[in-house]
Amino acid sequence: MASSSGPMTGPATAPSGSGPGRLTRWGKLLSRELTTVAITMFGLLAITFLIARVIPIDPVLAVVGDNARPDVYEAARLALGLDKPLWQQFAIYVGKVFTGDLGTSILTAQPVISDIKRVFPATLELATLGTLVGITFGIPLGVLAAVNQGRWPDQIARFIGLFGYSIPIFWLGLMGLLLFYAKLGWVSGPGRISIAYQDFVTPMTGVILLDAVMQGEWDAFWNGLSHLILPSAVLGMFSLAYISRMTRSFMITELQQQYVIAARVKGMSEARVIWRHALRNALVPLTTVIALSYANLLEGSVLTETIFAWPGLGRYITNGLLNADMNAVLGGTLVVGAIFIGVNLFADILGRIFDPRTR
Amino acid sequence: MSEAVVALLEVDNLKVNFHTPTGIVRAVRGLSFSLGRERLGIVGESGSGKSMTGRAILDLIPYPGEVLADRMLFRGEDLLTMPKATRRKLRGRRISMVMQDPKFSLNPVMTVGDQIAEAYRVHHKANAREARERTLAMLDAVQIREPERVYALYPHEVSGGMGQRVMIAMMLIAEPDILIADEPTSALDVTVQLQVLKILDDLVTSRGMGLIFISHDLHLVQSFCDRVIVMYGGKAMETMPAAELADPSAMSRRHPYTLGLLGCLPELGNPKGRLSTLTRDPEWLA
Repeated sequence: MASSSGPMTGPATAPSGSGPGRLTRWGKLLSRELTTVAITMFGLLAITFLIARVIPIDPVLAVVGDNARPDVYEAARLALGLDKPLWQQFAIYVGKVFTGDLGTSILTAQPVISDIKRVFPATLELATLGTLVGITFGIPLGVLAAVNQGRWPDQIARFIGLFGYSIPIFWLGLMGLLLFYAKLGWVSGPGRISIAYQDFVTPMTGVILLDAVMQGEWDAFWNGLSHLILPSAVLGMFSLAYISRMTRSFMITELQQQYVIAARVKGMSEARVIWRHALRNALVPLTTVIALSYANLLEGSVLTETIFAWPGLGRYITNGLLNADMNAVLGGTLVVGAIFIGVNLFADILGRIFDPRTR
Repeated sequence: MSEAVVALLEVDNLKVNFHTPTGIVRAVRGLSFSLGRERLGIVGESGSGKSMTGRAILDLIPYPGEVLADRMLFRGEDLLTMPKATRRKLRGRRISMVMQDPKFSLNPVMTVGDQIAEAYRVHHKANAREARERTLAMLDAVQIREPERVYALYPHEVSGGMGQRVMIAMMLIAEPDILIADEPTSALDVTVQLQVLKILDDLVTSRGMGLIFISHDLHLVQSFCDRVIVMYGGKAMETMPAAELADPSAMSRRHPYTLGLLGCLPELGNPKGRLSTLTRDPEWLA
C-alpha cells in the first residue's frame, strides 16, 4: 500500500487522489492525533490532581469547617478517601472526572459540572462572536496591509493593530459602554439579556441566541444580540489586531514565493493571485493562529466579563480562586485545558485539509 | 513581404532600474534586440540582468523597480503605452514564461491539473469540463504518461522533471507566441534535463513560437539556440549565431568577455589544470 511509506511518498509511489489508500491514510492520521490527545489529557488530569494535593488548602476543613471535632474531621477524611495511597486517589479522581463528577462548589453549593454547564455557554457565545469579528475584519485588513506593504493602507492597518493590542480592554469596554449604551443608547448594557426577557427563553443549549432562535422568541434574540454586540466587539478588536498582524506577515512571505510570479505570468488577475493563490497558502499557518486565539478567548476573559457583568467561565474561575473554592477552580481548569486540546485537534485537522503536504 | 518582416518582439534600449534607499541599482542598462520565430539564447553570469530582461518584457518587475525603453513592440504593438489590463491579458496568452524550479513555482496547495486548467480558463471562455479536456491533452503533449492520474496530484507528489513538464504545459496551454524560458533546466537532474529540453524544443518548433532561452550554460545555449546574446552588467556584450560559440575560426571576432566565459569551461577530453578566472573590464559598461 502506497500509504505505508508515509505522507512524503516519492514520485514513483505517488499516492492517487482517491481510493482505499487515502482512507487508511486519514485513519492513521486520526488515530495518531487521538493518541496525542489521550496523552495530553492524561497529563492535564495528573496536573490538576497534583495541584489539588499541593495547595495549602485542607480539603477536609473545607467540608467540615474550622471548628469540627477530631473524630468528625477523621470521618470526613476517610469519606474523602484521603487515607488511601496517592495512586489510588488519582484513579478515583480520574474515574469521577469521567463520570462528570468534578466535586461541589463551596461558593454556589452546586456540583461544579452544572455550574460550568451554566457559565460556559456565556463564554462560548462571547468568544465565538469575538473571534468571528476578528476573522472577518482581521484577515482582509492583514491582506490589504501585506499587498500595500509600506504604503498608507499598511500604516492604517498597523495603527489599528497597535491600537487593538495595546489599549487596555477594560478601558475600551468602559468607553464603549459610556458611548454606545449610556450616551447613544444604541446597544444594551451589562448582562446577557434584559430582565424583562429573562424568562422568555428556557435554557436548552445555554447559548441565549441559539435558544431564542430555536424557540422562535425573536424579541429575546434581538435583545440578547444587543447585549452581546459590545463585549464581543471589544474582544473582537483584540482578536482582530492579532489576526491582522499574523495575516500580514504570512501574506508577505507568500507573496514573495515563485508560484505567485508564475500565477501572474499565466495572466491571472491580481485579485485572484492574492486571494486564491497567496491567501490560500497563508491559511495553512493562519488556522493554527486563529485556533489558539479562539482557545484563549474560550478560557474566559475575566476583564471583559467583569465589566459587562457577563456570567462566564473566566469570572467563575476567578471568583472561585478569590474564595478558595478549589473544586470550582480545578474543575474550571480541567475544562479549559480540555477545550484547549480540543481546539488544537480541530486546528490540526483543518490544517491538514488546507495543506495537502501534511496529509 | 513587409508582414513577414514584422518581428515578434522588438526591444530598443531597455533599462531596468531599482530605486533603493542606497541609490539606484541598474539591473539592465540599454539592451536592444529583436526576436522572430527563432530560439534566442541569453547567457551571462549571475546578476548580468538576464532574468530581469525576461521579467521586464512580461511587466513583472517588482516594486520599487522601473522599466524604461525607447521602444518595446510586441508584433508592432507598443507595450510601453499599453494599459496595464491589456498588458496583463497578453501575459500567458501571448507571452509566457517557464521558470527555474518547479518545486517553488507551482502552487503547493492546488493540484497540478487545476493549475494548468486555470491558465487556460483565464484566456478562453471554457467550462470546467472543456478546460479539463484541454489540460489532459496538454499533459499528454508534454509526454506525461497517465494524464488522468497526474491531473489530481499535488506539486509535492511529482518529481522535478515531471514538475517542469507540468510547468511547460501550464505556460503553453494558452498557445502564446513567445515563450521565455528562464533557466528551465537548471534545477533538474542532468539525466532529465535533455528530456525536458527536447519536449520544450518540439513544442516551440511545431507551434512556430519565438523562444527566449535564458541560461548560464554555454554548451546548452550553443547546441540549443539559433542566436545568442552575451550579457554582462545589464548590457549586451555581443550578439552572434549560436554555432559560432564552438567555432574556433570565429574566436578572433569574439568579445573578450565571451572568450573569458569560454575559458572558464572545463573540457572533458582536455584537462587544463587550473581553470582561468574571469576578468571584467569596467570599460565594457561605459
